[in-house]
Amino acid sequence: MKKVYETDLLVIGGGAAGLCAAAEAAGAGAQVTVIESDLHPGGQLVKQTHKFFGSKDEYAGTRGYKIADILLDEIKALGDKVKINCNTTVTGCYPEDGVYTVMEGEENYYRVKAKKTVIATGAQERMIPFPNNDLPGVYGAGAVQTLMNVYGVVPGKRVVMVGAGNIGLIVSYQLTQAGVEVAAVVEAMPKIGGYWVHAAKIRRLGIPILLRHTVVEAIGDKVLEGAVIQGLDDKFQLIGEPQTIDCDIICMAVGLTPTTELFWQAGCKMQYVPQLCGYVPFRDGAMRTSNPDIWVAGDASGIEEASAAMVEGRIAGHSAAKALGLKVEDKKFDEYWTRLHHLRAGEVGEKILAGINQVLVSGWEA
Amino acid sequence: MELIKNHPILEYAHGEEVTFTFDGKELKGYAGEPIAMALHANGVHIYRVTPEMKRTRGFFCAIGKCSSCFMVVDGVPNVRTCVTPLTAGMKVETQKDKGRVPLEVC
Amino acid sequence: MGCACNCEDKEKLFNSGILVEHIEGAILPPREKWEAKKGGYVVIECPKRIPCNPCYTSCPTGAVLPFEDINDTPKIDYDKCTGCGICVSRCPGLACFVIDLSYAADKAVIKLPYELLPLPEKGKTVKCLDRAGKEIAEGEVLAVTEPSKDKTYVVSVVIPKELADDIRAVKVVC
Repeated sequence: MKKVYETDLLVIGGGAAGLCAAAEAAGAGAQVTVIESDLHPGGQLVKQTHKFFGSKDEYAGTRGYKIADILLDEIKALGDKVKINCNTTVTGCYPEDGVYTVMEGEENYYRVKAKKTVIATGAQERMIPFPNNDLPGVYGAGAVQTLMNVYGVVPGKRVVMVGAGNIGLIVSYQLTQAGVEVAAVVEAMPKIGGYWVHAAKIRRLGIPILLRHTVVEAIGDKVLEGAVIQGLDDKFQLIGEPQTIDCDIICMAVGLTPTTELFWQAGCKMQYVPQLCGYVPFRDGAMRTSNPDIWVAGDASGIEEASAAMVEGRIAGHSAAKALGLKVEDKKFDEYWTRLHHLRAGEVGEKILAGINQVLVSGWEA
Repeated sequence: MELIKNHPILEYAHGEEVTFTFDGKELKGYAGEPIAMALHANGVHIYRVTPEMKRTRGFFCAIGKCSSCFMVVDGVPNVRTCVTPLTAGMKVETQKDKGRVPLEVC
Repeated sequence: MGCACNCEDKEKLFNSGILVEHIEGAILPPREKWEAKKGGYVVIECPKRIPCNPCYTSCPTGAVLPFEDINDTPKIDYDKCTGCGICVSRCPGLACFVIDLSYAADKAVIKLPYELLPLPEKGKTVKCLDRAGKEIAEGEVLAVTEPSKDKTYVVSVVIPKELADDIRAVKVVC
């Protein structure tokens, strides 16, 4: 571990938020290194076949995987300002000297010393307990998307989707596009959690959405052969008869939780915020955490839509560039915040704002 | 391989087709794509057996975080097959115990 | 409904993504004007406030009224709507349709977004599905276009006029 690699700005995570942070900071002149654990940059964007919501500023009407290409083109146009290292995972943060340990592939370790860091590590899938939930065939929704939308592998023949938030609804539609049957979507709540139009889109293709239902057991000896589902009353107690559905995939879309290990290691002030789906770092208006060298952006700051993650990435990149002593246009900062306010003005945004207000500080003591 | 032949939106750009082995059996996959995807495309869904409860485990998160898809690759255990690229001639094996590292590797 | 949860009541249906009445953001054009309009009018079914505005920004004639807030639900000026169907191909939620009631005495034409395979073919018969995916009629495909050249096709189908407010999807039968 002799090698120490130096960079102005380290961006951890090359997804929607990280790429925007990198583009923004490099646009202001920073030398940026992006560390991405997957084999290619783009994060969750590359798995999305649907057109994005939002306004033109968030590429509304453009399919997610194309947005990833647009961001990468923007970065490419900045020449050698941004270096993206894929198949590379940050394994530790040592705040006393600003060093990060990094693992490339499974064997090559090195260290990175960064003046400033944007942590945009995204999120990871939640799981719910039920017997046999470890059987092969019980897959996270993101994993199913990776199989079919990134690598073109048929994930299975018949799917039970658990969860009717945006991910459950969108992946059900994507499965239909890939020619896979979705037997049912089960949702414990009395109404869908995602956008209504996403639900309408799959309902009219004949996919049932069973509200107040959950999966109670996975069936199978060595691999998944079926799902047992059952109704729930308004206190979430099981009611009615359990029902068995033949399926070779149970797709879990029961929510995400922010990936925050590095903030803990860096000593960032953290709080559990249910509306943001887990522990998240406190941040100021510029997405700077209590550690003055570290910014947060995207799902790592609280689970939200990719459109908001991209704007947060811009804000973090802008502020980090400024902190590096680079010249930035201050008015862009206000524009980005206006965009975030618009994105959060709807029904879903209310919940997000209630969460953000618990961890937003007006400024950090110098 | 069980691949999506036609998709209404996406076009897939696969890498070079290569041969690898899974528990001694020759299979085909695409170089540079994760091992787990190549196995899934070949209908292989069991990647390891847990050391104590002997539970079968497969793929789950596909982002290198959950440990479900650990396998022995070219003799090295605990390889995250969902984020490790496939190469020609790779020797992939079901991981059946705690993933012992052979002494000569240490 | 054929749905295992006995979701008979309207609220439950709506909460699972089925439009049960024409509320704000999902209203029908005024009937008389609509019957007489060659080319039809847009019918948008987007009753919930979400941050999204391509129906408004893509409309070439200004028929989708300007959004004060990006979360507004769409409102239509029927004096301006030409039934062109650009919004049908642009709406990320696939929530825009054009319905032409002037096509024939007992037939209407619906233009709907389509992103599946196989693609319907002009002149062929397709199954017509209601908002819950139930096959309720057959229809002849009049045209299949790709207005924005982005793989969201717009399929025009001749349907029974009395089902103009029920049919919202088609299925290709091989």
